[in-house]
Amino acid sequence: MTRQLIVTVLAVLVLAAGTLPAGAQKGPIKIGVIAPMTGGAAQAGKDMTNGLQMWLDENGNQITGRKVEVIIEDSQGQPNVALTKLQKLVERDKVNVLVGELFAHIGYAMAPKVDEYRIPMLYPVIAADDLTQRKPAKWVVRTGWASSQPSHPFGEYAAKTLGYKKIVAIGIDYAFGWEVIGGFQKTFEENGGQIIQKLWAPLGTTDFAPYLSQIKRDADAVFALMVAQSSLRFPKQYQDAGLKGKFPLIGGGTTFDEFVLPSLGDEAIGGMTPLQYSAALDTPINKKFVAEYRKKYGKVPSYFSETSYTSTRWIAEAAKVVGGDVENREKFLEALRKVEIPDSPRGPVKLDAHGNPIQNIYIRKVEKKDGELWNTVVHTYPAVSQFWKYNPEEFLKQPVYDRNFPPCKHC
Amino acid sequence: MISVPRGTGRAAAIVVVLILLGAPPLLAPYMLSLVTQALIWAMLAMSLDLILGYTGLASLGHAAYLGLGAYSVGILTTRHGANFWVTLAVGILLAALGAAIFGLVALRATGVYFLMITLALGMVVWGLAHRWVSLTAGDNGIASVPRPRGLPWAFTDTLSFYYLVLVAFAVAFVVLWTIVHSPFGKTLVGIRESESRMRTLGYHVWLHKYVGFVIAGAAGGFAGVFWAYYNGFVSPADAELATSVEILLMVALGGRGTLYGPALGAAMIVLLKNVVSVYTHRWLLILGAVYIGTIVYAPEGIVGLLRDRLKERGRVA
Repeated sequence: MTRQLIVTVLAVLVLAAGTLPAGAQKGPIKIGVIAPMTGGAAQAGKDMTNGLQMWLDENGNQITGRKVEVIIEDSQGQPNVALTKLQKLVERDKVNVLVGELFAHIGYAMAPKVDEYRIPMLYPVIAADDLTQRKPAKWVVRTGWASSQPSHPFGEYAAKTLGYKKIVAIGIDYAFGWEVIGGFQKTFEENGGQIIQKLWAPLGTTDFAPYLSQIKRDADAVFALMVAQSSLRFPKQYQDAGLKGKFPLIGGGTTFDEFVLPSLGDEAIGGMTPLQYSAALDTPINKKFVAEYRKKYGKVPSYFSETSYTSTRWIAEAAKVVGGDVENREKFLEALRKVEIPDSPRGPVKLDAHGNPIQNIYIRKVEKKDGELWNTVVHTYPAVSQFWKYNPEEFLKQPVYDRNFPPCKHC
Repeated sequence: MISVPRGTGRAAAIVVVLILLGAPPLLAPYMLSLVTQALIWAMLAMSLDLILGYTGLASLGHAAYLGLGAYSVGILTTRHGANFWVTLAVGILLAALGAAIFGLVALRATGVYFLMITLALGMVVWGLAHRWVSLTAGDNGIASVPRPRGLPWAFTDTLSFYYLVLVAFAVAFVVLWTIVHSPFGKTLVGIRESESRMRTLGYHVWLHKYVGFVIAGAAGGFAGVFWAYYNGFVSPADAELATSVEILLMVALGGRGTLYGPALGAAMIVLLKNVVSVYTHRWLLILGAVYIGTIVYAPEGIVGLLRDRLKERGRVA
């Protein structure tokens, strides 16, 4: 306590003097955050910054005794704006580490620049498979997930445990959708299932009637991959079309994540999805996290909140390893890649050799408790890698999942 | 046309040119890249001004040409290692070709219908960028676009790249300036003022509009080429409707039918978007207020407003 006090006083004095004595106590650790704060994804961006800020508040806003300064920049959901903000954070603010973004294409746009600037950047949300598979970037540390990572175990679960034979897949027509459905199709079919139809709706679709009427009637279940506004509309329309009673609805994690659940009604009940996090996860640390988060921000944390919360801790753990010397970027990056967190709200996390987290994947079912919808965890696949049970080298020989891969043999 | 005291305009132009040439080495790289960005958007806004300001055709699909130019660079450099001149030629030609096809469809209509058709055609290019994954990498976009190759200079640092863009801007400005002040440019203004009268005078109105439309498209592609080199990244966001709307707003904000007005409008919007948003996440409110203020108090744009003021002062003096 006394030491912290002295450090703080010293820091204030140093700041007041306006100069930094070489080798002595350094200035604050600067974390640059790039997230959509305006536009369609602003709410998700807010969840991210909330999670990050919450960890800092809990830890006295300091890492290894150094004060933390967070600079949040609005990407406006546009790649070119994100690139400009990236440059601003690096060149003008001279941040020590970067955290950010939500959209895969912005992730791909920033990765080469991050390598150029040689500043470690954490991607807590961006899930595009190839960022840690076929197009890795040295300075990008993914602390979130790969799109197809939860789909692999879920494909097996759907075939073996749920016993589905024929499934119709309906998804949003862009890279994230292809990867989530592709991963599911691969393991589902390898375990004896058949994808008998794939329907693709453009990004931003809110009226699914034309797609729902096409669904083949000999299916055992429907796998839906929805995001954002589509997640809000789809379950209701699925019910209204009279499909809910006939074909169980399963899907990708974002179809029913905590980000949309509070806005959904009873139509969502029974929906099963996999993800690396559920707010209903029954561990002491997660319960505490959810309770604190609700108290602070008045809502249930989404996976955006959790992953940003854990990412901030990630930075702190790595900073501890290098003794607070985050200015030594190579060392700091190395430390970031070696971080292991045994007790994050989502469970144990560490990176694989390709830089993607190895973490639990939870099979979740939407249930109603005390008038609220929750993603009850029905099964846990521990320590799942992005390569599932495959040999990484073999896996990387196949192309990245897309609209036509794996091919729809049973359509 | 309102006449401005001649000396004022010339003096202002000289000052602007001197600043653009001399100030950049003094600017921080971040500010400098904002200025570079502003110049590229200025080229786009000027190209749209040719049809919007001079010909009176409001297009909501101008981002299509930006997209065509940018994708030419993205695809040719990353897949085929093409040099600068090849990408420039292909970018301009592809955009011109796009405009030549779109013009055949769009120029059958005027007013709101023209707006709607150009909107739809712009979405076609966006749709191609989004769906033709084998060529465009779809939603993920094309990353790692290198800086221009095959030029005597590498243009890897912010400053030299700025001067490259400045040269491009100067070329675009001079070409467009020459066009709008040529007899052909005068016919475009004539068409804007009264199509039927121009027709009675014996002009082939459709053809003049068509040529203007294609030139505007080609100039948009020209800007798109530099946009791709600047970002090092191309994605469907470059060709989307929001981008078209933004270009339109730049022209309206600066003052249509003046060339330098839209350039000024582009610079203002780029700086507002990037600088104001650093200080507040409510920057959209400020941008909105600027738009509304322009529509209410300066329907002819900032340049129009300044000209009116100067003219009044001239009268009093």
